[in-house]
Amino acid sequence: MAKKKKDDINFAPRGIGDEKDGAVQKGVDLPNPTKKKHKSLGLSEDDLKAMYEQMYLQRRFEERAMQQYQKGKFGGFLHLYIGQEAISTGTVFALNDDDDIITAYRDHGWGLCRGITANEGMAELFGKKTGCSKGKGGSMHFAKTENHFWGGYGIVGGHIPIGGGLAFANKYNQNGRISATFFGDGAVDQGALHETFNIANLWKLPAIFAVENNGYSMGTAARRHTVTEIVDRAKAYGMKSKVVNGMDVFSVYEAMKEVSKEVRESSEPYFLEIRTYRYRGHSMSDPQKYRTKEELETYQKNDPIERLKSYLLDEKILKEDEIQEIEEKVEQEVLDAVEFADNSDFPDEEALYDDMFTEDEPYFHN
Amino acid sequence: MAELQFREAIREAIDEEMAREEKVFIMGEEVAEYNGAYKATEGLLDKYGYKRVIDTPISELGFAGIGVGAAMNGLRPIVEFMTFNFAVLAADQIINHASKAGYMTGGQISMPIVFRGPNASAGQLGATHSVAYDSMYAHFPGLKVIYTSEPDDAKGLLKSAIRDDNPVLFMESEQMYGMKGEVSEEEDYIIPIGKGKIKREGSDVTVVAHGKMYHVAKQAAAQLEKDGVDVEIIDPRTVKPLDLPLIVESIKKTNRCVVVDEAHPFAGFAAEIGFLIQREAFDYLDAPVQRVTLPDVNAPFAKNLFDAWLPDAKQVIDAVNQVTYRN
Ligand SMILES: Cc1ncc(C[n+]2csc(CCOP(=O)(O)OP(=O)(O)O)c2C)c(N)n1
Ligand SMILES: [Mg+2]
Repeated sequence: MAKKKKDDINFAPRGIGDEKDGAVQKGVDLPNPTKKKHKSLGLSEDDLKAMYEQMYLQRRFEERAMQQYQKGKFGGFLHLYIGQEAISTGTVFALNDDDDIITAYRDHGWGLCRGITANEGMAELFGKKTGCSKGKGGSMHFAKTENHFWGGYGIVGGHIPIGGGLAFANKYNQNGRISATFFGDGAVDQGALHETFNIANLWKLPAIFAVENNGYSMGTAARRHTVTEIVDRAKAYGMKSKVVNGMDVFSVYEAMKEVSKEVRESSEPYFLEIRTYRYRGHSMSDPQKYRTKEELETYQKNDPIERLKSYLLDEKILKEDEIQEIEEKVEQEVLDAVEFADNSDFPDEEALYDDMFTEDEPYFHN
Repeated sequence: MAELQFREAIREAIDEEMAREEKVFIMGEEVAEYNGAYKATEGLLDKYGYKRVIDTPISELGFAGIGVGAAMNGLRPIVEFMTFNFAVLAADQIINHASKAGYMTGGQISMPIVFRGPNASAGQLGATHSVAYDSMYAHFPGLKVIYTSEPDDAKGLLKSAIRDDNPVLFMESEQMYGMKGEVSEEEDYIIPIGKGKIKREGSDVTVVAHGKMYHVAKQAAAQLEKDGVDVEIIDPRTVKPLDLPLIVESIKKTNRCVVVDEAHPFAGFAAEIGFLIQREAFDYLDAPVQRVTLPDVNAPFAKNLFDAWLPDAKQVIDAVNQVTYRN
């Protein structure tokens, strides 16, 4: 190898954008959405209405949460899922209700979709005892295990093996359930993912692993933190894989229907790269210098909620005023949730020691 | 003296050492183009370029190990963790490799590497982002552990750490980065590793506190002063090697001691100091040594529980009252 001039050496790929002159940079390349209409996907008009309501709820819940955060109603991190709602919604509608879902810290949408009420969710953000995790977890740790939503986790990649473990138990118990594990593009670089993929295919675990590739890991564009197309990680482990348009709820639904059926029947893991885009900053304090406004706007034109709304109108499934009715109902639900959270009590002081061990009077070192 | 923020003191130390020694480089998540998750490395990419200021993927085990290999092979890496809570993933490299390679090769390998980043909690970030790791690493032979509390210490000790030929863990706090303090403008300002500092002279009781807890102790001392209790605060600055003589000398004067530590109680820094004091200064003690630590419980999110969880000035005052038999 020719010796480079000292100054030429660089290790990490540099710069924002794809370095093509003047072109708007791309976070991710979205594959074409499915051409299928709802009927051929097996979705009823009521399903579509419920999907719309759910996606709109996730959006408004987070927009209100952001306001409350800015008002100083609660602290900690707040990672917003805005822009990615089609993934949680398409998935939850496609999977069985007792299939196991686990995700990372960008978890509000997942929780709401799996039955955490707006009240329970908002109260958790506020750290109140009425929250879904009794105020112990906050934004990053929504969970509702009775609905097979195992929670949000804050160590990047840490929950990927756990998703494999959920599938292991399902196979062990021969209960016909599968697990679905979601994580960000940044998590793909963690050893945990690679160890898990190998074991998952070696042991034929009925597990879907899905990366929500939103183009960025904090301030680092995917091409600056990971090599090759992410979906190709599956090849090395002999896993089946697919790229999905995550800005289109039908595409997510279609892929999840097919893949979950296959995983359930074959008891083999499957890897999905679902491409999407995060509209907001990584958390609440992110100057976002790593991307352009134009880029953001390009993806916002593909907004998953607007897209479904247009479909509902174009197909004459709902009229404008019916959509408005749904939206107003959601708006009220979210406003009520803010009030509920605000009026709820903080956990009792003694709760500090609860939930550490299963005994009634566990040992605490002092 | 110049007034600097903690992050500026860190940056100056790195900057000066990078300017001085070509083999020093820094890598970590968001250290380069983003200018550091907490802006501790701001401007370094512009100054030193992509070769020496390197963004890593979220692969703590991988890049920590690459740092270890680079150090073995003649470079002087500074490996930044976004927090030591994530360094848990790299613990194999720090504990099994960095601390042991020199020994198990009969001294053939030297390991001039610094692992640095914020330690412990930073507000309501939940159970996985709130653990103090300095005591844990100090448990392992072959590692030096520094957890500083003020910009001046940070600058002088980080420069020493970078020049040290052994693996050094250098700890900061998200909540201290914006804190200002007077920093020596002495050229090439170095504080030797292993030297503590009497940060407040007093005669009634010795309070040992480092890192973020130093500020809690300071608050408590100001309060206690009003009640006529004269607190001496010792900031060991370096957890290991520990400046035990400084602590013992102080206890010979005050005959009482409270240790404030941000870790959990079992086998932590406070436990170690307590043991050493009874061994070295037993005859000088007028009261059992007391400690203020986190409870033996994970970090809760809820604000009220979090506030109850984190040691505060009130707990320090209670402990001081106990060792001075004032309650
Ligand atoms: C092990 C570990 N390292 C670093 C972090 C800090 N961190 C939190 S989120 C994040 C970026 C992750 O990006 P990605 O996986 O793409 O998920 P996204 O935020 O886009 O949903 C980083 C670096 C962490 N939480 N855990
Ligand atoms: Mg991402």
